[in-house]
Amino acid sequence: MRASLEIKNLNVMIGDKQIIKDFSLTIPKSEVHAIMGPNGTGKSTLAKALAGHPDYEITSGDALIDGESIINLEVDERSRAGLFLAFQYPMEIPGVSIANFIRAARNARLPEGEDLDAPAYYKELYEKMDRLKIDRKFTSRSINEGFSGGEKKRCEILQLAMLNPKYAILDETDSGLDIDALKIVSEGVNALRGPELGALVITHYQRLLDYIVPDKVHVMYDGRIVKSGDKSLALELESKGYDWIKEIAENAA
Amino acid sequence: MTTATHNIEIDRDKGDFKYAETHKFDAGVGLNEGTVDYISDVKGEDDWIRDFRKRALKVFQDKPMPTHWATKDLENIDFNKIRYYLAGDQRAKKSWDDVPDEVKETFERLGIPENERKFLAGVEAQFDSEAAYSNIKEAVAKDGVIFMGSTDGLMEHPEIFKKWFGKVIPTADNKYAALNSAVFSGGSFIYVPPGVKVSHPLQAYFRINAENFGQFERTLIIADEGSEVTYMEGCTAPKFDTATLHSAVVELVAMPGAKIEYITVQNWSSNVFNLVTKRAIAHEGSVVKWIDCNIGSRLTMKYPGVILKGRKARGEVLSIALANDDQHQDTGAKMIHAADDTTSNVISKSISVGKGRSTYRGQVRIPKHLKGCKNNTECDALLINSDSRTDTYPAITVRGDQNYVQHEASVSKVSAEQIFYMQQRGLSEADAMSLSVNGFVNDLTRQFPMEYSVELKRLIELEMEGSVG
Ligand SMILES: Nc1ncnc2c1ncn2[C@@H]1O[C@H](COP(=O)(O)OP(=O)(O)O)[C@@H](O)[C@H]1O
Ligand SMILES: [Mg+2]
Repeated sequence: MRASLEIKNLNVMIGDKQIIKDFSLTIPKSEVHAIMGPNGTGKSTLAKALAGHPDYEITSGDALIDGESIINLEVDERSRAGLFLAFQYPMEIPGVSIANFIRAARNARLPEGEDLDAPAYYKELYEKMDRLKIDRKFTSRSINEGFSGGEKKRCEILQLAMLNPKYAILDETDSGLDIDALKIVSEGVNALRGPELGALVITHYQRLLDYIVPDKVHVMYDGRIVKSGDKSLALELESKGYDWIKEIAENAA
Repeated sequence: MTTATHNIEIDRDKGDFKYAETHKFDAGVGLNEGTVDYISDVKGEDDWIRDFRKRALKVFQDKPMPTHWATKDLENIDFNKIRYYLAGDQRAKKSWDDVPDEVKETFERLGIPENERKFLAGVEAQFDSEAAYSNIKEAVAKDGVIFMGSTDGLMEHPEIFKKWFGKVIPTADNKYAALNSAVFSGGSFIYVPPGVKVSHPLQAYFRINAENFGQFERTLIIADEGSEVTYMEGCTAPKFDTATLHSAVVELVAMPGAKIEYITVQNWSSNVFNLVTKRAIAHEGSVVKWIDCNIGSRLTMKYPGVILKGRKARGEVLSIALANDDQHQDTGAKMIHAADDTTSNVISKSISVGKGRSTYRGQVRIPKHLKGCKNNTECDALLINSDSRTDTYPAITVRGDQNYVQHEASVSKVSAEQIFYMQQRGLSEADAMSLSVNGFVNDLTRQFPMEYSVELKRLIELEMEGSVG
């Protein structure tokens, strides 16, 4: 079996409202898939449910990393199993510096009693910050506190680059970015593409996919995938608009 | 003393283990004049001190509980069930080799002899009622610095002791100060001669090992003109089913131009009532800094204070309190300005976790006739999960218009979303919590000595692990 992030007939409730409906998708390692869909369709819910957010209840279905189910794992265990989520709205953590935070996250991946090699860590951190054009002064700034929208998103990609997950979900990493920032972030993500990473890029707009060119595009509506295709589907959606998707969904129902 | 009894019991904490009790001296259960006589007899004390104790006992018995303003939990202390004096020996040993094995092992497990070698100018280690070990580096002693257990201090230097003892905190200051004055034992006695600057900290370690026990140490530190000293105290106790009482009195005297830094790392188990009175007198141009970190205990009531008696004296209280489930940290600071151009600074950070409760109680007084006085008070509270409770009673009384005060307070929360974010990066819930707690106290701990910040960070991590369960 090929290594993959596999989502099987997933149903997710928030309170008594069903948001994700019998959702299935397989992202083989080394591929980049995109999910597009209108606001409120459940894209972020899917991402957070996979990451294990306590408010999002998986009522049935499964999610597997390289064949191992993750849905009974704690949030941090899923992370250490190789799942990374770049948040649509990253949280501010006052007093916790970027350097210390990423270091703690790296340490959490080491065997008990082992500690990170600090000089090597900082060297790597600075290199990756340089590549994402994040000022080195940011290492001592509190995570996301007072960051602009673009700085927050770059900080998410920095964490992605530092934690080397097997699978990454990027939730609207393009929102709030101007074109220069979009290019920097996309280059950052593209640099990580390769045989060791599978990625799911969630976006509302086609624009991002000009820079992060996906292997597959899925269109999501009302908690399920209504259409899948190659990258040209994104362009088609861009020209026809989301009303086109609504029609497809309604005809299918 | 037998040394072969090794019934070690370990729980999650570094401090939560105990050895079987083998006390040669035991004042029994409950408190009356007989208890006081027993203590005085065993110590071979002079009459003035015996009389002092007896007067204090009377004050203690007559004073009501302060429950009109303080928590009702105080009423759960049963003074008749407590043991007031337990010791193996009255005189502290000067070499670890002479300390009884199980006592020595206790302190070894707490890392004390190791720290002594690494960075301390002197160490005192108290086990229940008396110091088991006390030593000062030769070079420091040569400068005339006195550092010993206060039982020894009272015997060997009565002329200095008597002059200052009970002068900063009178017996009748509060019910627990009176209790301490009646049955005090152990604690540190320090005298630093004029102009002497002790470059490394002196450390005392207070260990409660016995159940139903009350520890009543009495510490007196005198820094003579232009001298400097840093004192660190650490406290632990194993976890017993029944309540344990710790009620210390700490008096500091900073003579003109002197500097005293007093650092507490308290890690009491959750059955300890910790009711401590700490106060300093700061003479002209002197500086007294209390660094007070309260972790653990069932109830802590502690408001370190500075009486700013001489012109340009400065007082500081930097405190951190962490209240976990079923714990109440009632802490604060007192700054009594009594001379012109005196300044005080109070920074308090409290963290409440689960059902933990934190209270800040401050008192700043600047009377009308003074001028050029300044106070800065900052109280920040961090709540981790919705059951937590925090109250602030700053009580700043400033008269006259030639003085300046500034007060800021904030309450922030670690939200479930923040914890989720950190966990998504691979940190356990406990690690996420201690990282945010450390983040919250960071700007304060940066001002602490390094060894101390490291220890504090470790204690916070342990406490957070315990709170997640
Ligand atoms: N924490 C929450 N509590 C209640 N409803 C929520 C919560 N998060 C999302 N929803 C609801 O779930 C639906 C899907 O939201 P979301 O997953 O954020 O959509 P998208 O990311 O596609 O814009 C919306 O109707 C939204 O209101
Ligand atoms: Mg969304």
